[in-house]
Parts: sequence; C-alpha cells; structure tokens
Amino acid sequence: MLQEWVILLVSLCYLGTLFAIAYYADWKSDKGKSIISNPYIYTLSIAVYCTAWTFYGSVGRAAETGIGFMPIYLGPTLMAALWWFLLRKIIRIAKVYRITSIADFLASRYGKSSLIGGLVTIIAVVGIMPYISLQLKAVSTSYSVMLHYPDIAMIEQHRTSIWNDNAFSVAMIMAAFSILFGTRHIDATERHEGMVAAIAFESVVKLLAFSAVGVFITFVMFDGPIDLFDWVTRYPETMRLTELEVLPGGYTNWLTLTFLSMMAIMFLPRQFQVLVVENVNEEHVRKAAWLFPLYLLAINIFVLPIAFAGMLLFPEGLVAPDIFVLALPITENQNLLALFVYLGGLSAATGMVIVATIALSTMLCNDLVMPVLLRLLAIQQVDLSRVLLFIRRCSIVFVLLLGYLYYRLIGESYTLVTMGLVSFAAAAQFGPAILFGVFWKDASRRAAISGLSAGFLIWFYTLLLPSFARSGWIPLSFLEHGPFGIELLRPYQLFGLDMFDPITHAVFWSMLANVMLLVGVSLIDRQSTMDRIQASLFVDVYRHSGDTHLWKGKAMITELKNIVARFIGPQQAERAFVSYFRSHGIDFTKDMQADAELVEFAERLLSGAIGAASARVMVSSVVEGEEISPEGVMKIIDETSQVLEYSHQLEEKSIELEAATRELQEANRRLKELDRLKDEFVSTVSHELRTPLTSVRAFSEILHDNANMGQEERQKYLDIMVKETERLTRLINEVLDLAKIESGRADWFMENIDLTEVLREAVASTSQLFREKSIAVVEMVPTWPITVFADRDRIMQVAINLLSNAAKFSPSDEGTVMIRLYFKDREVRVEVADNGPGIHPDEQKKIFEKFKQITDLRNGKPKGTGLGLAICRRIIEYHNGNIWVESAPGQGSKFVFSLPD
Amino acid sequence: MSPVRRKIQRLLVLFVFGCLALNFPLLALFSKSIYLFGFPLLYFYLFALWILFIICIAFVTEMKKLPRTSFPPLFTRKSK
Repeated sequence: MLQEWVILLVSLCYLGTLFAIAYYADWKSDKGKSIISNPYIYTLSIAVYCTAWTFYGSVGRAAETGIGFMPIYLGPTLMAALWWFLLRKIIRIAKVYRITSIADFLASRYGKSSLIGGLVTIIAVVGIMPYISLQLKAVSTSYSVMLHYPDIAMIEQHRTSIWNDNAFSVAMIMAAFSILFGTRHIDATERHEGMVAAIAFESVVKLLAFSAVGVFITFVMFDGPIDLFDWVTRYPETMRLTELEVLPGGYTNWLTLTFLSMMAIMFLPRQFQVLVVENVNEEHVRKAAWLFPLYLLAINIFVLPIAFAGMLLFPEGLVAPDIFVLALPITENQNLLALFVYLGGLSAATGMVIVATIALSTMLCNDLVMPVLLRLLAIQQVDLSRVLLFIRRCSIVFVLLLGYLYYRLIGESYTLVTMGLVSFAAAAQFGPAILFGVFWKDASRRAAISGLSAGFLIWFYTLLLPSFARSGWIPLSFLEHGPFGIELLRPYQLFGLDMFDPITHAVFWSMLANVMLLVGVSLIDRQSTMDRIQASLFVDVYRHSGDTHLWKGKAMITELKNIVARFIGPQQAERAFVSYFRSHGIDFTKDMQADAELVEFAERLLSGAIGAASARVMVSSVVEGEEISPEGVMKIIDETSQVLEYSHQLEEKSIELEAATRELQEANRRLKELDRLKDEFVSTVSHELRTPLTSVRAFSEILHDNANMGQEERQKYLDIMVKETERLTRLINEVLDLAKIESGRADWFMENIDLTEVLREAVASTSQLFREKSIAVVEMVPTWPITVFADRDRIMQVAINLLSNAAKFSPSDEGTVMIRLYFKDREVRVEVADNGPGIHPDEQKKIFEKFKQITDLRNGKPKGTGLGLAICRRIIEYHNGNIWVESAPGQGSKFVFSLPD
Repeated sequence: MSPVRRKIQRLLVLFVFGCLALNFPLLALFSKSIYLFGFPLLYFYLFALWILFIICIAFVTEMKKLPRTSFPPLFTRKSK
C-alpha cells in the first residue's frame, strides 16, 4: 500500500507537469510558433470527451449491462462522419463572427439576443452540474481507494464530513487550475493554446494508463483475451453479458444513448469549446474525423476484459464495478501500475473539469453577467479587462462549487454513468436550435427561445428533480404518485407514458417539445430584420465570410479603439488596430472616420471578449446615426438578389454571345466580299487582256488575208498592233506588281531618301508627256533636301503615276499641272494638281480600287489600265501614309499622298 | 455533381448505413451465444463494424483532396 504523501506528491507533480506544458505552449504561441496547430493535437484535445466516466464508469456499466457502455462511443463515431461538412460549417461561422461559446453561437444566430445567450448559459450550467460532480466523485473515490483498499469500510467512511471530504479539496484545486489555465489574462484571440496542449497531453496519459492496465489484466492475469472469454462462458453471471438482452431498456435505450452521445460530442459546452473555439484551422477536421473515432476505439478495447476480470475476481459484489480498474492492479500488488492508473483517471477528470469550467465561465461572463452589467451600470471609463477576468474567475469557482454541491446532495445514490447521462440529455437540448439554425434560415428567435425553454423545463422535471427525490431531498411520493398526487404528472411516466426507462422517457418528451416548438413557432413567426440578417449570415456563411458590411453610421477611429481597449486591454487593441491599418492601407494619422468594415472589425474583436450581444450594444454606443445600411441588409437577406444576380450574369453572357455572333457574321460577310472581289478581279483582268488581244488578232488577220495591202496601210496596222501589245505587256506587269504587293511578296528597299530629288526626277522623266500636250508643269519643291524613310523606286513609281495621270486628264495647250511638297500635321505631303475635268464625288473613293477607271468626261473612253492608282494606294499604305483625292467636277483634281515625317 | 456535393452525399449515406447497422433490428441478429475466434459474436460484430466504419470515414474524407479552405483569424498572438 502506498503512503498518502506519495499519492499526494505524485498528484501535485502531475498537475505541475500539466501546468508546465500549458505554459510552454503559451510561450511558444506568443513567439508565433503554435505547437497545437496540427490535426493530431486537435484530435487529442477532442478526446477530452473521455472523462472519468470513460475511465472508471465504462467498466462499471460493462459489468452491469455488457455492451451497454458502447453507444456512448458509437454515437460520436457516427457523428464524426458528418464532421467534414457539419462541424466545418460551424467552425467557419464561429471564426467569421468570433464566437467563443455555445451560448454566444446561439445568441448570435438568433438576432444577437442576450435573452437566448442567458438562457443557454443557465441550461449549460445547470445541465453540466451533474457531470462535474461525477468527476469530483471519481477523483475522490479513486483517491480513497488508493489510500484504503482493500478496506471497503474505510472507503465508505472517508466522506462523512465536509472537512474529511477530499472531494471538496479536489474541487478547489481544480478551480485553481482552471483559473491558471484559462483566465490568466484576456487574450484577444480567445483561444487557450496552453490549455489545449495540456488536455492533449492528458488524453495521451489516460489512453496509455487504461491500455496498460488492460494489457496487464488480459495478458498477465489471464492468458490473453481468448482465455478470458473462455472463463466468461463458464459462469451464467458473466455469460449473460455477452448478449443484448441484459440492456436495461433494451434497444430503445440503446438508440437513446446513441442519439444522446451524438448530440453530446458536438454540443456539450466543453466539446464545443475544443471542437470549434479552440480549433486552429478548419482543415484539421478532415483528419480528426477518423482519428478521433480511432482514439475512442482504442480506449474501449479493454473495457470488456477489465469488466469480466473484475467480475471473475470479485464475485461476491463487495467491490463496486466503477473501481475495478483501480482495484484489480492493487489486488495484484502492482502499486506502480495502480499509481499510473490513478493518474490516468486524474487526467480524465481534470481535463474535463478544466475545459468545462473555462467554457462555462466564458458563457457566464459574456452571456449572463456582462449584458446585465453593461445595462445596469454606466461603467464608462474603466479598464474592464480586469473586471472581465474577475468575473470569469468567480464563475469558475461558482461552477465547481455547484458541482460539489450536487455531489454532496446526490452523488451517493447514482453510478457514474447515470450522472453523466443526465448532463448529456441537457446538452442535447442545444442540438435542434443549432442544427436547424445553421441550415434553415426561417428558424426564428422566438421559436428557439420556446424550444430551448420547453426542452430544458421537461429535462429539469423528468431527470433533475427525480434525482433529488431519489436522494431523499424531496418526498419519494413525488416519484411514485406525482406532485400533489396527480398521477398524470409522475416525472418518470409523464402523461402516463410508462414504456420507457427514465433517460429515454426524458429525452423523448424534451426533444419532442423542443423540436416541435422550434419548427412550429418558426412557421407562424415573423422574423425581425436583425433576426433575418443573422439567420442569413449563418446559413450562407460560405457566401458572406465577413465581406458584407452592415454598419452605416459614422464613428471615430479613436473612439472605437478606446472602447475595444477597455475590454481587451490597450496593448492588444493597439496591435490589432495597427495590423488592420497595415493590411488595409489606412493612414490612421490622417483618417479620422472609421468605415463600415472597421466598425465591423471592432465589433468582432469585442464579441470575442464579451459576446456578440454585448459587443453590438457597445459598438452602437459610439456609432452615430443609422446603424444598419439598407444596401447591406438587402445584400444579405434578399434571396431574390441572388437570383437577380444570376439572371444578370446570364444576360451578360448572352450579350457577349450576340457580339461574338455579330463579329462572326461580319467576318463572314467580308470573306464573301473578298471572294466576290477576287472573282471580279479575275474576270476584269481577263476582260482587260482580251481587248488588246482581240485587236491584235483582228489586225493580224487583216494583214494575213490581204497580202496585196498597200505599204502605208500595212504600216498603220502594224503600229496599232505594237501599241496594243505594249499595253498588254504593261497591263500584265501591273497585275503582277499588284499581286506581288498584295500578297506581301514584294521586295522593299527601305532607306533614307531625299524626297525632293525623287520628285524632280519623276517630273523630268514625265516631261515628254507634258511637252507633247503643251501642258505647263509648276514645281513647288523645296530646294533643301527632305529626308524620308522609304523605298525610292516605289515612291518614284507613285509620283510618275500621278504625274502621268495629270498629263492624261489635263486639257492640251491650256493645261497646268502643279506638283507641291509641304508639311502638314507632322506629315510630309506631296500634292499633284491639274486643271482637268475633275472627278465626281461618287467616284473619288472608287478610283483607288482595282480596274475602276474614270470615264473621260469628254470622249467617254477610259485611258490606262485601271491599276495604277490601286498600286499607288498599296505602296503608300505600306509606308504608313495616306493617299486621297480632292476634287469637284469642272474644278480640276488634286491627288495628295502623305508620308510620316 | 461537384466534388464537394459528392463527398457530402457519400458521408451522409455512410452515416445512415452506420446508424442502421448499429441499431435494432440488424443488431438483434448478432445477439446470440455463438463464438467467433473465441469471441462472443455480438462483440466481434460491433468492434469489426466500428473499425470498418472508421476506415470508411478515412477513405471518403481523405480520398479526394479538395481545395483547402480556411478562414484567417481576425487576430493572431504573434506580433509582426
């Protein structure tokens, strides 16, 4: 047997280790290196689900009901399948709106109502009371067992007076620990990294301890599991536990427990704390969804072997099954193992108590005390972060005292599991409000209030009050004959429903009332704007994710900062605002007015510290004017806007489509036009070629047929034939030239040339034409060189073409052609003007097209090939210039081409 | 069907199957005094199903890597 001081010392050392771990994690986190930011620590922290109930109570329940302990772990396993989308959504909501407890979550969802927050807090505190007393009972019992076993009488005697009662000391030590873990200072992140690290460590310890004793019993005390089960089959007492018939309440009870544990794993305040509030990254849920069930499986493997071993070794029933885990190694004189097991149990209990009290103290402070305090007292200019801490510390002590009180009043008459189930049934009341709340926008505030209150009252009446009756604090006739002898109201057979065990009975009635009222009232209720906004923000959290701004009124940045500083402390407020300014590019030395986003940011910072409802009240106090912008409201709650947006997108798409179709049609039209032009070109070319060919052939036939033609006449015909063939050659050359330019196969020799020199040469080479018709040529070309970057021969070609055209169309004798070179609009321009018949405006564009000749206004016969100007245009366009004509009938015409300077 | 919806539907079906397999009347089929490898049939069934269910969750959630999503915290403890 171990000395008392050894047990005490080991216990205190263990708690010290925990604190060191928590301190180290906090220290790391302050340096920006989170040691808990991985799915494995996250999973281990969720394992705070396994409390002293699991550690000691499971074996107790297995010894009475066989597999009756399993639904408590199968429920969470089933639920874990839904985590990937259900839990992630809840986590996302909590992160976006900085929700720090289950009360805050529900208050936020239902219109930031402090009434709901308060109601949930009361349900949680009263509901968890039996659960905390369970842990106290387990720790104090295990301590007594360690001290006095096998003297059963001494164990019983140990808790007669409050002074001799170690449960009270346990409660106070745990309170001190919770205060140290959770409320050393107000943390603006509202996460407790140190606490999470410590409970993850505890989860490892309790798993190792339980497995160690399991292995010892199965493989050392017995020859493995098969040998153990062989023993089991020899006794009817143990044999009957291998079937389901031993289950009190049968399959109904099994189903109820599965359902309750499914609710408990999500909605017990401490589970919500570790699953949602302490979650670092929602991606961790993916691994935790199968790692956590694996942990449950691992810690449950040895429950049945230990239970059976206990029953086989203590058949006389003197040792309570709840302490088998500890009694077995002590009986075998394995003191060290027993000490380790005791530490495992201590881990399981302290883990639960620490997380639960921290979660409850946050709720009590943010959702019950603060709203009242902020309304009652005008505490305006005080640093409230100390007040917050004080309230939270008091809450922790209060919660533990309540647990202890319940333990003193009730503890003796219940097993561990029965006490725990009462709490589970209370936590299940949150289920409908949360599940409907995150998926169904129409769940209304009044509906949630009525559902929650009805469920809670029925739970109170059918589970909590009877526990007082059974412990003798209320006359037992209350149970047997109902209050005031009204049989219909008997708490275990409400309205005469007598086919269920008490737990199933209570769960059935409370959930029925809860869900019916939640759904029913929602359907007949009208939601206020605020309620509808919050409902939409929660249900469509992935769509909004914090980018929708509701605030409209004006607020000063300094005032906002001051109000945040009062709750989370000046330093943290300063840091939060500075990092916000930096990421949003705000110069806070200049900007005085806070925009909607900043107001929202401040509100969220605050809601982490004092809850959503109070944060709204505080921020409203510094925001002037209308507090909600109609646009924001419309954007959030108007579902039709989504449809409108969608149809708007459709419209845009169809407009784009139409534009594309039009472009395609246009391209098609141009292609067809080009095709037509090609055909036209080919037929025109053939036509143009045929005319001189026909005349050559006609004259040669005449010469051929009339051998005795006079020499003079013969000469005349031959002259015509030579002229026609010359024209033919020119035509073919020009067609080839044009084709070459158009297809881009022409060779260009670009260089710096003197344009004046080119023009003079062009004039010189066409002077013969002018002389023949006695046309005067006026040159107005600068005497100094004008350099352009161009192909000399091509520009020459253009100039000659224009000059010869002018010669052609100018009247003989009185004709004047003027060639001019000048600058205009940063361009070099060359102008060739004649005083010929002029060109009709309709034809001015056409003449630059192929084979479009101007019919001579005087003799109606075209001159030239009809390709000259077309070639000119191609050449000038290649040089990035322009060519056009200015003319009017009877006024002469002026051809101008420009080249970039 | 989007990969997210597909995953959600698979998980829902898994959940429903699990609930059915672990409750009356399927469970009653195994409540017999038969021994399998030395273990009572009921225990064997429950633990086997438990392991299988965990494998299924792991398979569905880890099978297809969807784009990671997470919401950045409003405030971090690390001072930059």
